[in-house]
Amino acid sequence: MFNFAINFKKPCMTRRYETVFIMTPVLSEEQTKETVDKFKKFLEERGAKIIYEEDWGLRKLAYPIKKKTTGFYYLIEFEGDPTLVADLELNYRRDERILRFLTVHLDKYGIEYAEKRRKLKAEQKTTTSNSKLN
Amino acid sequence: MAQKETEIRYLTPINIETKKKKYCRFKRAGIKYVDYKDPDFLLKFINEQGKILPKRITGTSTKYQKKVAKAIKRARHLALLPFVTDQLK
Repeated sequence: MFNFAINFKKPCMTRRYETVFIMTPVLSEEQTKETVDKFKKFLEERGAKIIYEEDWGLRKLAYPIKKKTTGFYYLIEFEGDPTLVADLELNYRRDERILRFLTVHLDKYGIEYAEKRRKLKAEQKTTTSNSKLN
Repeated sequence: MAQKETEIRYLTPINIETKKKKYCRFKRAGIKYVDYKDPDFLLKFINEQGKILPKRITGTSTKYQKKVAKAIKRARHLALLPFVTDQLK
């Protein structure tokens, strides 16, 4: 009878986001892993679902940031509540190891594109590993 | 008789240069999302100083020019593209 009441009890709204951050090149491999784990843990604690992550490795920057010309890039795609993004960015700002970060909301075309990109990457990986085996 | 002398006749038809019509590559290729993580692709939309090219040159439609501009600005923020340079290409 009171069907309309159900609409008010919608679960927490989730949106798809993509975040890229650049870490300083002075870190060792373990330290980079530690930083990545820190942010992944933060996201999981706040109830976000990590969908995809990608390590771009050490890349040359197009211009120097904090007198550094290279940096470790890392990409995380996640689904979560919009309120956690501000906290995530606050955490980025507080962390000295982070040079730059960017968090972007993905619209439906963005999600489509991300999935396509993921598939392409997976295919490339399999082909390269196969060729290595052969 | 006098009229015929003034009339110039060509054996082959004259080639008048017709400008190629510009088109929006996104509409033609069916690209819906402009990715900021792909600086090599975005390189097509900037000049050698790193400035964004206007749509009257690239032929991109207004809808996608906006997205291209946004993607380039995001790429610049992440140091994937430079803000200012010389001889980018």
